[in-house]
Amino acid sequence: MSQQILEGLAAIVNEVAGVPVADVQLDKSFIDDLDIDSLSMVEVVIAAEDKWGVKIPDSEVKNLKTVGDAVTFISANS
Amino acid sequence: MTAVITPTSGAKYAKIMAVGSYRPERIVTNAEICERIDSTDEWIRERSGIIERRYAAPDESVVDMGADAAALALSRSGVPPGEIGMILAANVTHPYPTPAAAAEIAYRIGAVNAGALDIAAACAGFCYGIGIANDLVCGGSAKYVIVIGVEKLSDWTNHADRSSAFIFADGAGAVVIGPSDYPAIGPTIWGADGAQKDAITMTESLIDYRNNGGEIFPTLIMQGQQVFRWAVSEMPKVAGRALAAAGVELADLDAFIPHQANMRITDAIAKALKLPAHLPIARDIAYTGNTSAASIPLAMDRMLTAGEIPHGGTALLVGFGAGLVFAAQVVILP
Repeated sequence: MSQQILEGLAAIVNEVAGVPVADVQLDKSFIDDLDIDSLSMVEVVIAAEDKWGVKIPDSEVKNLKTVGDAVTFISANS
Repeated sequence: MTAVITPTSGAKYAKIMAVGSYRPERIVTNAEICERIDSTDEWIRERSGIIERRYAAPDESVVDMGADAAALALSRSGVPPGEIGMILAANVTHPYPTPAAAAEIAYRIGAVNAGALDIAAACAGFCYGIGIANDLVCGGSAKYVIVIGVEKLSDWTNHADRSSAFIFADGAGAVVIGPSDYPAIGPTIWGADGAQKDAITMTESLIDYRNNGGEIFPTLIMQGQQVFRWAVSEMPKVAGRALAAAGVELADLDAFIPHQANMRITDAIAKALKLPAHLPIARDIAYTGNTSAASIPLAMDRMLTAGEIPHGGTALLVGFGAGLVFAAQVVILP
């Protein structure tokens, strides 16, 4: 499940920000490692909500610092 | 007794006959903005697409700019000022709750037989005006209507706030709407979400400021990520509904002219709509900033004047902003 979410998230990050799919790993920080700014992060969140039918409130977005944080949140809430 | 009242009757269809705009003289660069906030030209361009914007002179008012844009649109339309039946001035920055800016604008341009009122629908105000003007002309309450979008946002900006100081700017645009032999304004799709009233608002009311004092005069404040999320997730749906209501396909469009809120929002909406790659998209924000109600007619006039989009072409307009409110329609370009 987590591997599938990671792959789906990598595709989204690639689509939104042009980051190579292979760079999107669990330990990577969206901001520091993948150079995703706050507006791109919102786009990633919207796409993730659509794909997995989860609700990721604005208050939660700031806690999703790494790709792993996002994978954990999505798998726990979808 | 119940009298028999003569009903109004109007034109079968309405169209935009002409557009005009006014850009203040003073260009404000990102470097100048960064004299008061901790930011850089590069950061502002990345986050907003804004390279420069225009500020009105201290003694240049919403009425001044609105009247200039309206006068230009009126002269291009060929309609005599005395035949204008209504002036709608969409704005949120006229500094008097009353009287409305529209009445003085009507007086200035010689629209002596026109009714006049302001529309307070923020960045969606121009599209609200188009929808209302269409119904006034088709309903018979006015033969010709001038819709103005005008803002002097620089008066209501906290120039020391690094999250918003670079966004807002000043300007005006206007259109003349009159009867048409063919359908030229599609159904307006509009709505409001007052639950998100705090997403874009003022730091406090003028009354609270008067009663309680405070270091900073009330200014605009925006929850950037919340607004971005709402615009990017909801406006493509609104645009799709406007297209469907008009019976127009994406392939029929000659222009996409959304409110110039932020280049990143424009890009994200365009991507979500899957617009054809060749379709001209308004990117006037780069040199104009976010001028709220004025941004769509400013962009329309620039694109038509530059020859980027054809007279008589089909354009999709989408306005969205504080309220939160939105409005969209398909129009035939003047």
